Amino acid sequence: MAEHSATNRIGRQTNLLLSARARLIRRILGLIGHTILILITSASALAVFFIFIYIGKDALPFFGIHVEYLWDGAADMLGGALGLLRGDVTGFRESLGEFAEAIGRFRDGLSFTYTRGRLTEFFTGIDWYPSREPGEFGAASIFVGSAMVTLGAIIFAVPVGVSAAVCLSDVLPFKLRQYTKPIIEVLAAIPSVAYGFFAAVVFGPQLLRRGGTLLEIPVWALGVPLTVIISVVLGDLLTSKVDLNKRRVAKTLVTILALCMFGAGLWWLGSAIRGLQFNSGQNALNASIILGIMALPTVVSVSEDALQAVGRDLRAGSYALGSTRAETMMRVVLPAASSGICAAVILGVMRAIGETMVVWMASGNALQPRADWFNFTLPVRTLTASIAADMGEADQVIGSQRYHVLFAMALALLSFCFVCNLISEWAVHRTRKKLAGE
Amino acid sequence: MIKMRWFVTGLMAAVMMLGGMSARAAETQIRMDGSTTVGPIAKALAEYYMDQNEGVSIVVGESGSGNGVRSLINKSAEIANMSRFMRASEFKACVEQEILPVAHVVALDGLAIIVHSSNPVSDLTLEQVRKIYKGEITNWNEVGGPDRRIVRVSRDTNSGTYETFSEVVMQKERIAAGTQYVNSNGQARDTVVNTPAAIAFVGLGFTERVKALKINGVEASNETVVSGDYPIARALYMFTDGYPELGSHVHRLLTLHLTQTGQRIIEAIGFVPVTRY
Repeated sequence: MAEHSATNRIGRQTNLLLSARARLIRRILGLIGHTILILITSASALAVFFIFIYIGKDALPFFGIHVEYLWDGAADMLGGALGLLRGDVTGFRESLGEFAEAIGRFRDGLSFTYTRGRLTEFFTGIDWYPSREPGEFGAASIFVGSAMVTLGAIIFAVPVGVSAAVCLSDVLPFKLRQYTKPIIEVLAAIPSVAYGFFAAVVFGPQLLRRGGTLLEIPVWALGVPLTVIISVVLGDLLTSKVDLNKRRVAKTLVTILALCMFGAGLWWLGSAIRGLQFNSGQNALNASIILGIMALPTVVSVSEDALQAVGRDLRAGSYALGSTRAETMMRVVLPAASSGICAAVILGVMRAIGETMVVWMASGNALQPRADWFNFTLPVRTLTASIAADMGEADQVIGSQRYHVLFAMALALLSFCFVCNLISEWAVHRTRKKLAGE
Repeated sequence: MIKMRWFVTGLMAAVMMLGGMSARAAETQIRMDGSTTVGPIAKALAEYYMDQNEGVSIVVGESGSGNGVRSLINKSAEIANMSRFMRASEFKACVEQEILPVAHVVALDGLAIIVHSSNPVSDLTLEQVRKIYKGEITNWNEVGGPDRRIVRVSRDTNSGTYETFSEVVMQKERIAAGTQYVNSNGQARDTVVNTPAAIAFVGLGFTERVKALKINGVEASNETVVSGDYPIARALYMFTDGYPELGSHVHRLLTLHLTQTGQRIIEAIGFVPVTRY
């Protein structure tokens, strides 16, 4: 036996030759291990599946599709089937009858005009009075509110986040990056109720008192360096085809021209923002900015990882072909990392649209009439805040339209995020294929 | 060494479990759940009661009047605190579960209409308040104030405060679109403190740092609420399943507000006692 043994790293002797019994035991253990791993992996998929089922079960009755009959019928049949295992045939037959009856009731309850009316009211109506008798459930301005704050957050978070990621991955020296990235990621660790408190108690009143002048400062602070960088990069990129001895002059000219153009744009933006007047500290802009800050670490972190994943060799190859740093960045690295950046943006969108506490505290929760949609100085109400605010009263025991409509909103939100996720998967997949093959 | 540590940990866990069990065995637990408006009253009464009676523990939840009913039905609370009376549908749901709701009025609450302290308006009629919330009056200069767009602030639709307001002031008419919704009396007051053009309705206990308006010429105060002169007032309830057994802890807790001490407690936290000795 001694010649078939080996000493492993911690100094214990291991047999290299196994008896048939030991081999069998190992194989069974391995099988069990694999099964457990597969179960754990599929648990998340199952969780998603069941979340859809449970939300759908309580959402569809709002539209007059009474799936709860089917649900009860299926439960009866399952009970009957279990009885059959114990030999209870008549019980099983009864349960089949009950199931058929449930299907009948479900079919009788279906009414196309009712469903269509409900769908139209829900998606296009603007009267949201769930506590009235009978309730009115026009959620259009709530959808618009969610869209507004998400859009606002993305307009803020994507340019800032992607530029920060570029800076972190390709501009800052390695040592500085080691310190900067964790600091940005700390933003993600702050609890959302703390952001909400800040938005409602500090930022909101300041916004109300100082109005646009408060916002003008960060616009200039972010805008000026961004303008300079964009102008320089543009000057570099646009003149790359110009003859070598004229390039210097052309570059300077284009840079100055771009600087003037963007500077004027910035000036216009600054004065437009300075003129903003707020009637209330809780408004869509407040919520958007705070949500943008919350989405920032996601966007920065994921896009920085994507830029890192592009690899040194691609950059080195680009430099070897005589590209400048700007050209390498804009024409090689960013396109190669575009799928990852796309995923980062979509993750940011989902972070913003699913956030509840901040919008509940900072957005003012007001439904706006159609004329005031997309006015960022007014308070808005979002899907998540409506669900959170109305959950207390709309309860299961009294089981009402008011309860089901919240699930309908949750289903809309969930479907949106699911589709977003699919799109980002598809984008990543496509770009990876493009980079690998072609 | 390692074994020793496990042993000690196990011992500690066992001791804690035993301790928890014995503590539970000795105590009578009373659970209250419901309105955030009644919550402070329940807490103050509970604190006093627990002080006077060893071995009674009272837990007060604040999850809204509707949730109070739910807890009563689920038997997860003995007392449901409500800032409105039970609705017919809720009453029916209770009776179906063989729970017979009995109402105990523990205090009165007036709703103050509050504005920013710099606002020169100090007197509105009930009609004007209704028109403001209906969106028919949108500028303060229509009621004698400065030329500023009115910012309407309301409690969220699942609060008892909202319910009382929409019944007493709005008389079931809709509150206009564009109204901000906040989720507590304190937040409503803070919004008004920070917003010069705001108007909001809150319980009488929440009027520091803001101006409470006279309604129909009547100031919002304990006296005018008790006498019935102040138009925006309501009773606050605690509901039990049947009338509590005489002499039981629940019974003694629910009659505390009728005593002189109980009245003082209720007055101290900004509500109006039902009885006057």
